[in-house]
Amino acid sequence: MSEKIIVIGESRDNVLRNVTFEAIAAAKKVNGDAEVVGVLCGADDLGTQAQEMIYYGADRVVTVKNEKLATYTSDGYGQAVLSVIEDENPDGIIMGHTAIGKDLTPKIASKLEAGLISDAVDIEVDGDEVVFTRPIYSGKAFEKKVISEGLVFATVRPNNIAALDRDESRTGDVQDKTVEISDLRTVIKEVLRKATDGVDLSEAKVVVAGGRGVKSADGFKPLYELAEVLGGAVGASRGACDADYCDYSLQIGQTGKVVTPDLYIAVGISGAIQHLAGMSNSKVIVAINKDPEANIFNVADYGIVGDLFEIVPLLTEEIKALKA
Amino acid sequence: MNIYVLLKKTFDTEEKIVVSDGRIEDDGAEFIINPYDEYAVEEAIKQRDEHGGEVTVITIGDEDSEKQLRTALAMGADKAVLINTEDDLEEGDQFTTTKILEAYFKDKEVDLILAGNVAIDEASGQVGPRLAERLGINYVTTITSLSIDGNTVNIDKDVEGDVEKIETSLPLLVTCQQGLNEPRYPSLPGIMKAKKKPLEELEIDDLDLDEDELEPKTKTLNVFLPPEKEAGRVLEGEIEDQVKELVSLLRNEAKVL
Repeated sequence: MSEKIIVIGESRDNVLRNVTFEAIAAAKKVNGDAEVVGVLCGADDLGTQAQEMIYYGADRVVTVKNEKLATYTSDGYGQAVLSVIEDENPDGIIMGHTAIGKDLTPKIASKLEAGLISDAVDIEVDGDEVVFTRPIYSGKAFEKKVISEGLVFATVRPNNIAALDRDESRTGDVQDKTVEISDLRTVIKEVLRKATDGVDLSEAKVVVAGGRGVKSADGFKPLYELAEVLGGAVGASRGACDADYCDYSLQIGQTGKVVTPDLYIAVGISGAIQHLAGMSNSKVIVAINKDPEANIFNVADYGIVGDLFEIVPLLTEEIKALKA
Repeated sequence: MNIYVLLKKTFDTEEKIVVSDGRIEDDGAEFIINPYDEYAVEEAIKQRDEHGGEVTVITIGDEDSEKQLRTALAMGADKAVLINTEDDLEEGDQFTTTKILEAYFKDKEVDLILAGNVAIDEASGQVGPRLAERLGINYVTTITSLSIDGNTVNIDKDVEGDVEKIETSLPLLVTCQQGLNEPRYPSLPGIMKAKKKPLEELEIDDLDLDEDELEPKTKTLNVFLPPEKEAGRVLEGEIEDQVKELVSLLRNEAKVL
């Protein structure tokens, strides 16, 4: 059994990402009695974030502060996290399946010669085994997988394992650890904020996605307005990206991102099998399309047949009125 | 430059998945080069054309994998290597794959290794970073632009929609993201030439590997399909009424607003 589980936290603009709290909940699913040790890396003070991890269920937190950890690099974070792992000798490691999680965890697993189960959406314990469920073929199928030897090491997909309730009465130690970080082989010269105005597509609770039916880059404007009133993110089908209506970073599908929001609104998307692979496991799907025969209606919970340029602004107004 | 591409064959994206006995049925399925690996092949060819050198494409698979290797050769790669594990390995995972590749690269001089950022079947995205770690070289994942000047490498990296401008150096492993390039289709002369290009076939014995060392660290218990989604309700009436009804359903029935 995993007696001690490390959870690697991740922040954006010095605020912990929700998936960090979900990873803590995941660690508790692996073993409810395990000691959960949070790890945080950064260049600024990490005390507040460490406290948040404890409120959300971590028993204690180790922080590594170093100016070389200001932005994520696999070299820098790899050295910092491996050093903590060496001290702690954990039985398990859990992290979010985010850009950083995907980049960092294989390096650590390789160094430790450990197995790694990426992108888990569910965890259950069956006797002595911890069984992870993960999508394959972009969600066209799922597999149940176990680590057969050594460290229980997994990344969890955002939005799938519910975080525990925040409890300010929880307390725990925060330990600052000094790690010598040798020269980084990668220099990040600049970060251009492009698509992510606010809500990240893979973590969004609501996704408004447009397809070829949106007709132009301008045509996406009403979708952005709808996403904004819903506090969601905008995505797109491959057709819309290929036609240059939007950036490839918005693409949802078998190539592109796989999303599982609470609400997915498909606008002017016909529903090719490759697109469905990327979104059909969303909890509630709404389709808006002028073609009543469009395949998207076969997976939608609710559908409206008609002109999206008429329907989407009406929907935005209606939801605005509701939220007012 | 010694350029290598890690390639995997995957189901065609059009394929429906059929499960029998807790496994994916692959009889009769169409296979393609993993779409992200196609970006890697294309980029390798472009970099070779600019800087000189040789592109070697490597896959781990069975005798049918020759087809995808020939396609890569037809696109313009120079050499191909098939590490055929069909008779030796029943199970494998990313640890196994990395171990085999590490053994292959042991005596190679490497400037650049390219791979897809993820395979669209297993979708772990682990093998690239795992291999770089074993080889002791740096890596950058999900790249959308690559330019090499001497030993210096400038990269655009996609980070969930943001772009990081990165400077690093060779030797290097990169994994390719959509947007990096437009993979070419093999030309007819390319296809003819590909038939004569060298394709080396290796087995794990040739790499001085023991089956025991390749024991996977993870095990798949079973595979299943998600519950079939029932077609939902298409609303009717005046558009304005439909929109009102939709909002009410989302709020009261689906409880997502």
